[in-house]
Amino acid sequence: MSENLQAEIKEICQSCGNDRTRMMDIVRAVQQRFGRVSDEAMNLIAKCVNCHRAEVEGVVSFYAFLSKKPKGNVVIRLCNDVIDKMQGLDAVAQEFKKQLNIDFGQTTPDGKITLEYTPCIGMCDQSPAAIINDEVITYLSTDKVKEIIADIKKHYDPSKLKHRLGDGNNANELVHSCVHNGIRKKGPVIFANYKHEAGLKNALAMSPVEVINEVKTARLRGRGGAGFPAGMKWQFTRAAEGGKKFIVCNADEGEPGTFKDRVILTELADMLFEGMTIAGYAIGAENGILYLRAEYNYLRKLLEKILQERRDKNLLGKNIFGKKGFNFDITIQMGAGAYICGEETALISSCEGLRGDPKTRPPFPAQKGYLGCPTVINNVETLCCVTRILEMGAAWFAEIGSPGNTGTKLLSIAGDCKLPGVYEFPFGIKVNDMLKDVGADDAQAVLIGGPSGQIIGPNDYNRTISYDDLATGGAVVVFGPERDMIEIAAQYMEFFVEESCGYCTPCRVGNVLLKKYLDKILTGKGEPEDLDMLKQLGESIKITSRCGMGQTSPNPVLTTLKNFPKIYDSKVKKVTDGLQPTFDIRKALADAESIAHRNSVIFTK
Amino acid sequence: MSDQITFTIDDIEVKGKAGQTILQAADEAGIYIPRLCYHPELAPHGSCRVCTVLVNGKPQTACTQPITEGITVENDTEELKEHRRNLIDMFFIEGNHFCMFCEKSGNCELQAVAYRLGILSPKYPYLFPKKDVDSTHPDIFLDLNRCILCGRCVEASRDVDGKGVFEFAGRSIEKKIMVNADKYLKDTNLAVTDKAADVCPVGTINKKRTAFAVPIGKRLYDKKPIGSEIEERKK
Repeated sequence: MSENLQAEIKEICQSCGNDRTRMMDIVRAVQQRFGRVSDEAMNLIAKCVNCHRAEVEGVVSFYAFLSKKPKGNVVIRLCNDVIDKMQGLDAVAQEFKKQLNIDFGQTTPDGKITLEYTPCIGMCDQSPAAIINDEVITYLSTDKVKEIIADIKKHYDPSKLKHRLGDGNNANELVHSCVHNGIRKKGPVIFANYKHEAGLKNALAMSPVEVINEVKTARLRGRGGAGFPAGMKWQFTRAAEGGKKFIVCNADEGEPGTFKDRVILTELADMLFEGMTIAGYAIGAENGILYLRAEYNYLRKLLEKILQERRDKNLLGKNIFGKKGFNFDITIQMGAGAYICGEETALISSCEGLRGDPKTRPPFPAQKGYLGCPTVINNVETLCCVTRILEMGAAWFAEIGSPGNTGTKLLSIAGDCKLPGVYEFPFGIKVNDMLKDVGADDAQAVLIGGPSGQIIGPNDYNRTISYDDLATGGAVVVFGPERDMIEIAAQYMEFFVEESCGYCTPCRVGNVLLKKYLDKILTGKGEPEDLDMLKQLGESIKITSRCGMGQTSPNPVLTTLKNFPKIYDSKVKKVTDGLQPTFDIRKALADAESIAHRNSVIFTK
Repeated sequence: MSDQITFTIDDIEVKGKAGQTILQAADEAGIYIPRLCYHPELAPHGSCRVCTVLVNGKPQTACTQPITEGITVENDTEELKEHRRNLIDMFFIEGNHFCMFCEKSGNCELQAVAYRLGILSPKYPYLFPKKDVDSTHPDIFLDLNRCILCGRCVEASRDVDGKGVFEFAGRSIEKKIMVNADKYLKDTNLAVTDKAADVCPVGTINKKRTAFAVPIGKRLYDKKPIGSEIEERKK
């Protein structure tokens, strides 16, 4: 073993206190430094943090951004989301292959550049897009690919790539990215002028229980999509036994088509951190964790700086705002490329340095969460709403939207529309009105809530965005008349197949089967029975899966079957010759024929 | 105060103790809920999902769900049996299970549950994956073709043997069991007397030189269906 590797890994582990629960930080650092986490490295890490080597490998093999095999100094991750495909991904992908002379999943022979696909990186409104190490590159075209590769080959340092800077904080020297915010519609809650720290001041003038009551009176529900009442979650956690408590902010925005938290994290981090601090005060937590998806690593330095500024202003730290005994601070936990970690208990597993498997419930995080302590997990947008509720009052907030659905909702809208971007609408807006605003007058279908939500057709455009009707964490994708909805459903199923954690049978295997049946139909070999099979299989996955991801994973199939039955019916046909349409006799005979050096005399055609 | 909890499974009144799961209480009462990954001496894993029941109408796994007073549990319904058959079919097509020449046949819980649920062959297309076989260990061989990822060996080695010989690697359909070594089972400290060598429900972890000590036809589930031992407890 090289002395160098040994010394550096020891140092990395030591900087993380040789703490097993900080495995994510350790393996991320090793990956970044050496381009891989090798067998040697895993053995060393295990020794340093006193765990089994297989546990380290279990983690490394789980996350897409970590690898045992060596990767190039430059890793190009091209986003292959459905929207990118709609915006010309194919040509861009071909150009990357041509320029680098390698295929996806490969590294150039000199070991310098690796080319990969990655699911949605939160840039759907400026796709096709890619992440090159930590640099985000948007609006890719074949010409741009040529330029980028030529540029990279000069220095092999993606941070030196030349590009035009985006608006707002994207141009900040700590971010320095070409991403633009794309705020299309401002509303009264999030994209509004707010008085910094007024909410926190008001909260600290109340008792923690009063703060919880304020959030309950505002009837704030979780913005991640599930819509659980935030005040109730806080109340359970406050009441739970256990010394230490935690606030975790879920910034693992991974639902394909969602990018609204990206904008909040870029422009409104103070509002978010203020909300986390208020939540900490309310439930009696001294520690907050921001779980940031690896794809948003380009925002990390800015977020760290804002946290430091808040510490300097005594908005974090000890006796915040002079409130004796109220101590609270926030750390950032980076993810490493796993959609499942947006599921709250999987997110906790990841924070604990484990594979991103969801946990068994009960116990719920409110009783036993991070490191077994009572924990609140809230979405980025939810915590921003908290700040505004404490600033303006519960009554003000409850006035917006509708009684069961108070406040506004940020929607990330992209796809076949003229004005993709982030929109803040009051709850209860009709799909029709939304489509008008985004410039989509001929939508064949709209995906509400990402692939784990619903794909609806024009018959449903008079329905509303709300928890009781069309619930959404924020993803809206518009599909024009020329799109093949079965193909779209198949692409979303491919996403779920890749992103299943593999823990439970229905999600691990069932989704592979759904994708197989869709492919059969797409190649013209589908039979009417296949549609029944899709329905039954989808239902079993829904009923028996272990977590929210599995339970919603068949939705692209089930909702298109329900809302676009004619498309499916037109693609399947009854078999009349008694043969299995997927069986290819020529292919089945090929091996035998090649060995025998002659063709079958019975099956000549 | 009594810690007895009364609830119903398929309209039959069951009395359990506080802290028990639905599966534990059902087992004691002599009601069989089909299951695969669950092992009474290990923490419930909740991965196979075969023991899914409806608790007050909501799907839950019986092995992880604690009992509470007055709940209504549905278990032996046509709908749930169909879901269970679908899950069992998934196991058969995601691996390479050839019962006719598997030394575990007759003692295999997957095979036994499949028969009990009336499965003769899976309805889904086989995936025919390429899986590893590791026979490097002097006393034990590992055949991942038959693994159902139940986690019993992982837990037994970690929690009972205190060794951590087995762990999960990868995710999605690529998820698999790996050993705590650079490559081979022989390089781990697994012993044939370990709990981990004893808990595999299928033919993945096998003790060498014992395969046909009991002949086919005289094995555990050759005599009576799986679950009979539980149902015999019924008064």
